[in-house]
Amino acid sequence: MNLRTIAIWAVSVPLVIAALGFFHQALAAAGWIAFFTWPFYFEVILNGLLQGVMYSLVALGFVLIFKASGIFNFAQGSLVLFAALTMVGLIEMGLPWPLAFVATAVVMVGVAIAVERVVLRPLVNQPHIILFMATIGIFYFMDGFGQTLWGSDVKVLDIGIPKDPIFILGGVFEGGLLVQSFDVIAALCGALLVAVLAVFFQYTRIGRALRAVADDHQAALSVGIPLKTIWAIVWSVAGIVALVAGIMWGGKLGVQFTLALIALKALPVLILGGFTSIPGAIIGGLIIGAGEQVAENFVGAAIGGAIQDWFAYMLAMVFLLFRPQGLFGEKIIERV
Amino acid sequence: MPDASQTAASDEQAAAEAPARRFAETLLEVQNITLRFGGVKALTDISFDIKKGEIRAIIGPNGAGKSSMLNVINGFYTPQEGTISFKGKLRKAMRPHEAAKNGIARTFQNIALFKGMSTLDNIMTGRLLKMKSNLLLQALYWGPNLREETEHRAFCERIIDFLEIQAIRKTPVGKLPYGLQKRVELARALAMEPELLLLDEPMAGMNVEEKEDMCRFILDVNEEFGTTIALIEHDMGVVMDISDRVVVLDYGRKLADGTPDEVRGNQAVIDAYLGVSH
Amino acid sequence: MLYREAGQFKTSYAADQSLFPIAQDKWGVVLLLAVALFAVPFMASEYMLSSILIPFLVFSLAAIGLNILTGYCGQLSLGTGGFMACGAFFAYKLTTAFPEVHIVVVFLLSGFGTALVGILFGIPSLRIKGFYLAVATLAAQFFLIWVFNKFGWWTNYSPSGVISAPPREVVPGVVVTGASGTPEAKYVFLLVFVAILALLAKNLVRSRIGRSWMAIRDMDIAAEIIGIRPMFAKLSAFAVSSFFIGIAGALWAFCYTGSVEALAFEINRSFQVLFMIIIGGLGSIMGSFMGAAFIVLLPLVLNNGMLWIDPTISVALVAHIEFMIFGALIVFFLIVEPHGLARLWQLAKEKLRLWPFPY
Repeated sequence: MNLRTIAIWAVSVPLVIAALGFFHQALAAAGWIAFFTWPFYFEVILNGLLQGVMYSLVALGFVLIFKASGIFNFAQGSLVLFAALTMVGLIEMGLPWPLAFVATAVVMVGVAIAVERVVLRPLVNQPHIILFMATIGIFYFMDGFGQTLWGSDVKVLDIGIPKDPIFILGGVFEGGLLVQSFDVIAALCGALLVAVLAVFFQYTRIGRALRAVADDHQAALSVGIPLKTIWAIVWSVAGIVALVAGIMWGGKLGVQFTLALIALKALPVLILGGFTSIPGAIIGGLIIGAGEQVAENFVGAAIGGAIQDWFAYMLAMVFLLFRPQGLFGEKIIERV
Repeated sequence: MPDASQTAASDEQAAAEAPARRFAETLLEVQNITLRFGGVKALTDISFDIKKGEIRAIIGPNGAGKSSMLNVINGFYTPQEGTISFKGKLRKAMRPHEAAKNGIARTFQNIALFKGMSTLDNIMTGRLLKMKSNLLLQALYWGPNLREETEHRAFCERIIDFLEIQAIRKTPVGKLPYGLQKRVELARALAMEPELLLLDEPMAGMNVEEKEDMCRFILDVNEEFGTTIALIEHDMGVVMDISDRVVVLDYGRKLADGTPDEVRGNQAVIDAYLGVSH
Repeated sequence: MLYREAGQFKTSYAADQSLFPIAQDKWGVVLLLAVALFAVPFMASEYMLSSILIPFLVFSLAAIGLNILTGYCGQLSLGTGGFMACGAFFAYKLTTAFPEVHIVVVFLLSGFGTALVGILFGIPSLRIKGFYLAVATLAAQFFLIWVFNKFGWWTNYSPSGVISAPPREVVPGVVVTGASGTPEAKYVFLLVFVAILALLAKNLVRSRIGRSWMAIRDMDIAAEIIGIRPMFAKLSAFAVSSFFIGIAGALWAFCYTGSVEALAFEINRSFQVLFMIIIGGLGSIMGSFMGAAFIVLLPLVLNNGMLWIDPTISVALVAHIEFMIFGALIVFFLIVEPHGLARLWQLAKEKLRLWPFPY
């Protein structure tokens, strides 16, 4: 990302936020939507951004696997659910949460290795759609397996993150903006995770090998990079990312089957940000999170609600019509 | 290339024996074409023409812009500057399917067949533009549609006979060896009954026998159907043997243009291929 | 020994292009249809008809529709459920507004309506490909379901949101939709209707348009260079595919469940149909039927199998184990035969051709 891009973003983001605000203000003035106040608008955006970080966390798992193996891993959502279920199960068995975390991470690595051995290895060189279907198979299997093992009741996952409402920016807005402390902490954890991953992939030997694999499988193999090991590592990392996402989402909503479906929300994030870009996943998540909340709270409330079921997908789809390569993808020059 | 001079010598003989063919009517003319990808110039100010009925070769070292030139001619790339006139109609660019409709067919360097379909179906796709029945008739597969399918099938069978690929008619092309795939691709292009046939390295990766077969097919197509052919080829023996005129590109610029003999004697061409000694 | 094509010479291209070039195939299919039409309705139990055969036929049609789009034209779609819902609600609105219109006409019209919606949501396919497109089709899925759930107009403002399909006759005296139709009548109607539509689909895929879909699927760049307009090919695939899927949705609501509700067409339905075409075989009409049969039968077999092993097993556990086995089977299938049941059938036929003297 060069200086020019940063400058463009720094200018355009506040502009878009302001323009959207005025747009909604105008809608309210015309009586099309019920009400509009600037503090509420900013509160909605802020909470949307925090929500967006959670989407990014799930999207991150997709990006890792797509980058390394070109596989669109539909099972990421079920990995999130499975990780959260396992962690809750271990805590219920009496383990303190840090220990349960480590144990679950080990389990996720085991799952990753099993997936590589049993599913990916026999399917090397198959068309992408076959691999995609295989991950849907994994999705079903992991869902069934997790719930067979740990039951399907809604469980509470509490690792001691405070869930109090807090008010921030009291000096700017009267009464401040209401956010959940849990969301803020979750966002911080997400940011930390991204930073660790970035360092891991940029500066370690495995990271370099991974980027080589992402570029060209055969070329990577020919210079002696162990493809299978790399895949196992990537799936392990994606499993651990799923664990973190599972803890955050599970802490927020309770650990239940719907966690696996939340992962679907990561898909529009991915097409906004591009399947191969980690910063894309983050920024895509923020845009989807904020956009969805704004749409739901103002226009959505006026036309009957629940538009967050589809808003993210529509936003991503319309966006793609104008910029098919996504936010950070390069313009594709096709060769024959 | 130790045997280059040897081939060249025998070519000279062949060229001397055959009277040079003359062509009057211009089929395609490219004028001052410049093509850029971002900051990279792939083609710079290229102009040449292709006469109706001739075999025109485009040669040049790797990366000279030969394939890009073909891509410009059949509309896959849109040049930033310059014009193309085909059959007397001047235009800046046309979409690939328009080019097809106007009678330009081509084959690719790395075979572009429909791998999941049989040889026959691949060739039949070449007839798509000539087929007329509407969706409803196709759904019923009856009357005019059945007649049409049968007629075009008969046409494709003639091409299959011509290129001697009867035995692989119903084999999925993905399973065919490389040489045969190249032949099927030629068959598909021929099924379009093109006026101008663009061949991108039709003999790359073939052994001597396959090359001879391919040369024979190209000459036969040119003679029997009167199809104008523009081809890219690295095998100089082949180029000098079968082409009427040759255009030489290097680094996206035109180096020389003329009959095989003229080009062979051109100092700039020799330098480009053999390097210049300082 | 019986399955030999030796001696069957074709003397015209038309004969070589016929639907079943091998005589045994032709008579086999005729026999199968005859049994299905004249014997099965009298022999099969009500459970067999209404829980296995009827959903099988409806799913087959949906699978044919998706196969046209994904298997033949290569455009991955996860919006099947949404398009099925379109067909169901269009048919409901049409038949309640114009009760006198024949139900087959209503089904066809709702198919055309769905085709228009399909074209609309197919527009992104002109710019984006592969998984990006798959995600874009999710927009269709969620948006359409939301529309049908949110606006009471679709359900004629029924307070519960669940509406039963009105009874309609296909010939005077024979009710084939809603709760008052007998399973036998529904089954025979569906069999004939689906068989005709399947024949039309088969004809399309072996004609010009089918070849242009496959060309786009296999290599879109080359397709454009031989003169196929990608826009027309892709949008026509979306339209034809949605036409079949829409009719399947209408049949689902009117002839299978008897109630029109958006809940029946959630995202899981999309996946279910996608599994059918993957397991049955991408790019095969026959495979669509095989995949539908497989996915309809598998849960029944698993369910009964587990109850047979342990009669006290809890319903929830059965469901979870079913998920596991289902997922594992999908992976197993993809590893063993990525081209699906249709390919296995083809291989079996080739073996049979040489049997019992394979040399």
